[in-house]
Amino acid sequence: MNKESMTRELVLPGDLLDAGDMKPGEGTYVHDGKIFAAMLGIKSVKSNFVNVIPLGGRYIPAPGDMIIGKVIDIGPSNWLVDIYSPYPAPLHVNEVPWRVEFGDTARYLGVGDTLLAKVLSVDETKRVQVTMKEQGLRKLQGGQIVEISHSKVPRVIGKNGSMIQMIKTYTNCRIFIGQNGRIWMDGNMEDMVHAMRAIKMIDEGAQTLKLTERVKEFLESVYRKEE
Amino acid sequence: MGGNSDMKLIDENGIRIDGRKVDELRPIKIEAGVLKSADGSAYVEIGKNKVLAAVYGPRECHPRHMQNPAKAIVQCKYNMISFSVSDRKRPGPDRRSVEISKLISEAMEYVVFTENYPRTSIDVYIEVLQANAGTRCAGLTAAAVALADAGIPMKDIVPAVAVGKVNDQVVLDLNKEEDNYGQADLPIAMIPRTGEVLLMQMDGHLTQAEFDKALEMGVKACHEIYELQKDALRRRYAIVNGETEEEPKEPAEDVNEEA
Repeated sequence: MNKESMTRELVLPGDLLDAGDMKPGEGTYVHDGKIFAAMLGIKSVKSNFVNVIPLGGRYIPAPGDMIIGKVIDIGPSNWLVDIYSPYPAPLHVNEVPWRVEFGDTARYLGVGDTLLAKVLSVDETKRVQVTMKEQGLRKLQGGQIVEISHSKVPRVIGKNGSMIQMIKTYTNCRIFIGQNGRIWMDGNMEDMVHAMRAIKMIDEGAQTLKLTERVKEFLESVYRKEE
Repeated sequence: MGGNSDMKLIDENGIRIDGRKVDELRPIKIEAGVLKSADGSAYVEIGKNKVLAAVYGPRECHPRHMQNPAKAIVQCKYNMISFSVSDRKRPGPDRRSVEISKLISEAMEYVVFTENYPRTSIDVYIEVLQANAGTRCAGLTAAAVALADAGIPMKDIVPAVAVGKVNDQVVLDLNKEEDNYGQADLPIAMIPRTGEVLLMQMDGHLTQAEFDKALEMGVKACHEIYELQKDALRRRYAIVNGETEEEPKEPAEDVNEEA
């Protein structure tokens, strides 16, 4: 089989991935010049790098990631945001699109508020900073949140956004996807229930074949009934 | 460990009281991902031992002072349920379970890539539902599968097995009677690929020759258990049709634009 081709090979920690000339990528480690899998996942080879795509695990923030956070605490000059990861992220007043007086933080964002933000920086000890100072980043009002594993996010989005586009067209919901596995949606109550069911389907069947077709079938069946 | 005992645990044909040969393991059953709420879990049966392991994390470490800014800490909790033994065990941690928890934590900390998750803790809970000698090995075997199931990066999956001495013979995987009336007990946990030993304790006495033989038997058995552990994980994550539908990729930039 072609080395570059994408086979869905399940690897477990300690499995030998390559003993030749390939380079170790994500989710791998090197011992005695050989590359081994460091975690459970799918082996993938890309431009001479062997990677392991994880099937689970917690979200670890990376700079530039678009995430959906929840405010869990308020300080005089910052908010503490839960980003569905082992690390809470402070959001400083300088990083919000409003001008906030010292000590006046609670007027803008309260505990429990949901926001669309971007990871600004992550240092070696995984100290995270998030920002809202970019176009499109804002407080999310109303709507509902679904939490899925962050490793399934690419599946929910689909190739060039095909999957999420399909769900949006059928359900007429506004949907935002955070890289951290949180999905925010707003729309008609019934439509939201369908969209949530579709997302749960993707979350549970992420490894299965013909997922797009099955989700499409599901959406078509519920919307045909209603007409 | 009863020390000197006249009890005959191995007959003339080298068959033990439960019908096994001296170098035979008890029947083993391993299942991964049995608990829904935990990040990773495993259920292990080794003979009459029944052990459940659950992994949470990496998650924020509490209490704060236990955080390590350079790496994650692995916190294992080994617990025997009150009905796991024939005389009701008083619930709660005791000297023995604290010791075993520490041992397993240290063994696991060595295989997990803790430096990937600074300031966090990875919590492993091992519950012994039914005990019949060798629960620390069963617990560690379960914990390793649960860790892999939780998607935690680690060097390898760790198997563990006990070897002992009964009626002056070295035997593999002691059962309750052999443990109680035998002469020695030697639990071993190792990384099968490299042969690194992560846990080894000795209760009783073995000569150098006996020890070498015991270690050799243990290593062989660890490889067998290792295969069963991997098999359990493969069954859990069996890929339907084994073919790719679409390559997971970086999300398109405009996905979050409003339609």
